[in-house]
Amino acid sequence: MSFPWARHYEPKNPLTQWIDSRLPLPRFVYNAVGAGYPVPRNLNYFWNFGVLAGVALVVQIVTGIVLAMHFHSSAAGAFDSINATIMRDVNAGWFLRFAHANGASMFLLVVYIHIFRGLYYGSYKAPREMVWLIGVVIFLLLMATAFMGYVLPWGQMSFWGAQVITGFFSAIPVVGEWIRIWLLGGYAPDDAALNRFFSLHYLLPFVIAGAVILHIWALHIPGSSNPTGVEVKGEQDTVPFHPYYTAKDGFGVGVFLIVFSTLIFFFPDLLGHPDNYIPANPLSTPAHIVPEWYFWPFYAILRAFTADFIIAAKLWGVVAMFGSIILLFFLPWLDSSPVRSANYRPMYRVAFWVLVLDVLVLGYCGGSAATPGIVVLSQICAAYYFAHFLIIVPIISRLERPKPLPNSITEAVLGDKGGSRMTETAVSA
Amino acid sequence: MLPLFIRSIKFLVGGAFIFVLGLALYGTVSTWITEPPAETAEEAMHHHPKELHLASDGPLGKFDNQQLQRGFLVFEKVCASCHSLSLVSFRDLQQIGYSEAEVKKIAKDWPVKQPVQDPKAGTWGERDNLPSDRFPKVYYPGTGTPPDLSLITKARHGGAAYVHSLLTGYNEKPSAEALKKFPEFAKTPDGMYFNPYFANLNIAMPPPLTQDDQVTFSDGTRATVDQMAQDVSAFLVWTAEPTMQRRHAAGVAVVLFLLIATGLAYGAYLTVWRGVKH
Repeated sequence: MSFPWARHYEPKNPLTQWIDSRLPLPRFVYNAVGAGYPVPRNLNYFWNFGVLAGVALVVQIVTGIVLAMHFHSSAAGAFDSINATIMRDVNAGWFLRFAHANGASMFLLVVYIHIFRGLYYGSYKAPREMVWLIGVVIFLLLMATAFMGYVLPWGQMSFWGAQVITGFFSAIPVVGEWIRIWLLGGYAPDDAALNRFFSLHYLLPFVIAGAVILHIWALHIPGSSNPTGVEVKGEQDTVPFHPYYTAKDGFGVGVFLIVFSTLIFFFPDLLGHPDNYIPANPLSTPAHIVPEWYFWPFYAILRAFTADFIIAAKLWGVVAMFGSIILLFFLPWLDSSPVRSANYRPMYRVAFWVLVLDVLVLGYCGGSAATPGIVVLSQICAAYYFAHFLIIVPIISRLERPKPLPNSITEAVLGDKGGSRMTETAVSA
Repeated sequence: MLPLFIRSIKFLVGGAFIFVLGLALYGTVSTWITEPPAETAEEAMHHHPKELHLASDGPLGKFDNQQLQRGFLVFEKVCASCHSLSLVSFRDLQQIGYSEAEVKKIAKDWPVKQPVQDPKAGTWGERDNLPSDRFPKVYYPGTGTPPDLSLITKARHGGAAYVHSLLTGYNEKPSAEALKKFPEFAKTPDGMYFNPYFANLNIAMPPPLTQDDQVTFSDGTRATVDQMAQDVSAFLVWTAEPTMQRRHAAGVAVVLFLLIATGLAYGAYLTVWRGVKH
């Protein structure tokens, strides 16, 4: 679907006309990310992050394909193939490796901002539930891919990370241990596990790319949301994606690449752990097993469950950790407020910022050693996390009195943020 | 009844998680009060690395080849008898200023040889190292497992500063106050040495740099223990990433280019949106 005023693709020269009548691929692109897609005119910079995530995916696939040409997926050869061959002998191998490792961090960073933007502006609400649901699927795929990629260098954290994560499955009653051995292809991570992780690590990015196409397709049915949360009323509310948002995204991509390059060229090991420069050793457990930073909040939730109640503490932790993401699938129905944007929801806005703080503290706890103080903090913050989604948001959406919404996007843009005056004429600046 | 249950299921699920976390919180706090965690020997005696400044520090750092060559000498004369450097090739030494002929000689004279198997007899022999060989693996029969040093400054918190502090930290003894709490540290177990910069406090490596002028630097620098420790730390920064200086140089060019390109992109954005309120 598109708005009736969307521009139509009209191929001018005979060649493009010839192509269009046989395979209308240029028309498809024109309607998806070209002048044929009308977008609200008032999107702020937080709407750049979807495109940035797409850029990060392409960077990961391109660098990853070249790295795979030099990588040995064997327990005996993986560490040396990265730290000797790729880092020292392959032309610009150090660049590819650091770009890929830090690219994962940049990918997760922009995806987290993208998700929190969706939470703040209510982008998950009708009619965009499907966009949100596919987004959560992409997030899960992304986490699986990132985890399996981190195992491939076969350093100490790779090995013990694989040991811990596959250990989750042994929390399942009765068949858990059997499932863990089946997943690993052995009693501990070794060649079999490394090879299947490599295979899946190469496969999943393409699954993600497919899910991204569905994500964008689902977005194009209702069209993009916007910071007011008020739906598009007419042509004056929108601008064509190209050249308006292609230009704005060009600037956004530039800023993204500056931050990314600063990490790659000047601080490539900042986000990594020193222990992963030690070859994997099944006989020596690191003092602190810590995942990559983007898993810290979930790791804190996992470790917060220290009490057995009906089921074992470990199983509670695993259920809660997966549950903390699974519950995002239900968010469109947990939040029943018809108002989308938190700009007009005074109570929800407070709850949102408390949640941001809560997740940051969880992240801090997940990255620290599990001292009693840190565990207590994780337990409080994990409880708040579940309370936010399952108790606070459903209650707020009933109790809250939203502020008056602007009558239209154009009215909001022209200065009447609170909105009560009807705009008589649709002013197209 | 059923619709009410379905409508309140979110509160039940949320309540269950919070209840279990409450139980866990109660457990953690009560154990914390009844059995507060005792101070560990590491907390009482472990030291963070001393500050160390090298030419390669910071985002624009460059290698000081003269210092790297001194560091290589320390590695060759002292460390190499127990530690491997298996990710580095002899030919790489040309990057720190040795000539091709010098590298050939260093490789040929290297005491540990390259193992070779006779393809007909299946027996193992050895041959001299070539510049294209990686430094041969060292097998150590004594107590402890000397780690490979190729990546050591990346593989330890504190990097080069840690290596320098560890090498010069053997003289520091536990304080009287700490010994009162942990009397077992008054006597170090046989074959172990106390070193407050080592994570486990007792290390199997005997003090490697024991006296000044243990090696003789050809550039006239006085080989004090501290100087040798600094130089070998600098050398091990290089072995961990010989391409670091190239990375820094490329980074400056890339970031400058991106700043200009992003400035232009911002200009394009302003131009496209001129006159459109948003």
